[in-house]
Amino acid sequence: MANVDVSVQTGDQPAPPPKHPNTCPSCHSHYRDDELDAALRVCPQCGHHFPMRSRARIASLADDGSFVEEAADLHSEDPLAFFDLRPYTERLAEAEVSTGLADAIVIGQATLDGRGCELAIMDFSFMGGSMGSVVGEKLSRACDSAAERGVPLISVTSSGGARMQEGILALMQLPKTVCAVEDLRDSGQPLINVMAHPTTGGVLASFATLGDVLLAEPGALMSFAGPRVVQQITREKLPDDFGLAEQNLRFGNIDAIVPRPQLRETLSTLLRLFDAPV
Amino acid sequence: MPPSEHELRLRERLGRLRSMPLLGGAKLSGDLLRFQKQLDRLQQEATDEEIWRSVELARNDKRPYTLDYVERLLDDWFELHGDRGNADDGAMVAGLGKLDGRTVALVGQQKGRDIKERAERRFGMPNPEGYRKAMRVMELADRHGFPVVSLVDTPGAYPGVAAEQHGQGGTIAASQAVMARLAVPTVACVIGEGGSGGAIAIALADRVLMQENAIYSVISPEGCAMILWRDAGQAKKAAAAFKPDAVHCLELGVVDGIVEEPEGGAHTDPDEAARLLKEAIVEQLDELADVPGDELRRLRRAKFRSLGVFA
Repeated sequence: MANVDVSVQTGDQPAPPPKHPNTCPSCHSHYRDDELDAALRVCPQCGHHFPMRSRARIASLADDGSFVEEAADLHSEDPLAFFDLRPYTERLAEAEVSTGLADAIVIGQATLDGRGCELAIMDFSFMGGSMGSVVGEKLSRACDSAAERGVPLISVTSSGGARMQEGILALMQLPKTVCAVEDLRDSGQPLINVMAHPTTGGVLASFATLGDVLLAEPGALMSFAGPRVVQQITREKLPDDFGLAEQNLRFGNIDAIVPRPQLRETLSTLLRLFDAPV
Repeated sequence: MPPSEHELRLRERLGRLRSMPLLGGAKLSGDLLRFQKQLDRLQQEATDEEIWRSVELARNDKRPYTLDYVERLLDDWFELHGDRGNADDGAMVAGLGKLDGRTVALVGQQKGRDIKERAERRFGMPNPEGYRKAMRVMELADRHGFPVVSLVDTPGAYPGVAAEQHGQGGTIAASQAVMARLAVPTVACVIGEGGSGGAIAIALADRVLMQENAIYSVISPEGCAMILWRDAGQAKKAAAAFKPDAVHCLELGVVDGIVEEPEGGAHTDPDEAARLLKEAIVEQLDELADVPGDELRRLRRAKFRSLGVFA
């Protein structure tokens, strides 16, 4: 029998990056929307965590029908009349239409396994989850709401950092949210923060890391400076797990990595430990 | 351009001061002069060229750095070293000294003058260890009732592999949280580059000042240009778009006052620049001296919590 060459010519170039949002970037399995949603948008093959929208996140955490949204109608203004390639107002309008959200965070009251809590859930789909005046204000109001009602605040972060289009006022959302968390602390209520991919820049450098308990999803990037910036400026060789949740756990920066299917149960345990009101 | 809310506030305070009988004497007329000056500034909107001139002056390598001011501002300076755990970061200096007769703790980023010192001080970009040193010294000040003065001059926190491993983001947050808890008067002044998270880490103060030619921004002009225009060469355009100059920061209510510099910039006459800076800091500390600690903390948090524009 003749030798048949069945080897595949791969060359040196890596496989082209998958384009479809439902194709797993890690194992290239492909899913229908309903399959992924049923699996909490975690790849059933390899466990890769796909991005999760804020509404879906709330549905996965809050008891059915318990979520009461707050400050839903807050909108960003354009204090600098910022214009890069397009006006900021246009980017905002476009993000609002494509996401159905007013900005990159949703806050509100909820119960989880019957215990009261306040939720503050970021949404990366809205301008990369960037933090401008609205995100800062809503996070602050979530702190106040939790303090007033005597319940813990659970935040899930997913953000590229401060929103450049709001200039220095975006930077001021760092101290603003820090002050709000300090007020929450003085009221005696805990902050539990879950870092979803990615939690970087200004959000990592403010309220996200001030949680009494810090959790992260597997593979979440949580670095202050992005890998590209670090490489460009320092010319250092980056470790494979640079800035990832796994590295941060090893270096003692977070308490635990919790896969999404176990997140609700973990938060339920924590609410019990902090004696959240039934 | 319609007057900004900040301008209206200044106008109102100015009006009130003018109509008051001259009871307060020199103090009051000083206020009057200060508000009038700031109002005049607001009316001269900085042009794109002026904004870029600020960027260049803020980064001028002859510009006085933190330790240049320390030697001109403070008597009996005693530098404190190390974060008590891991390292002594040269990009952040901290210590105690006498300012106009009172003991203060001073923290600030420090850039280097020659190549060797620049490398040692990482161009004023602190590692987490630097912020931990600053936090330690601020907490020391709190225990002993010393006011805290911070001088901000950094392109940003250091973006290194070890810095990330040692929790750069979390440390910047923790440093702000320490400042939000202090029960002593705090005054921060941006004396050069107020670069993003690396700057705000030591700038959550009762009063935030900015030198005339300093810049304060969420990202460097080059970084912004890289992300939005995909071309670092568009830095000038980026700076014009996000307006990091002192006048705009005052207008947005981000800083409480602008500290004058000698004609041509602080580097032309460091002694005079230091005299003006000292005057401004002492004035703020005098105003805060009799406010109880709890009240300072409450007002400080309320001030930062009010920042932002939304509808």
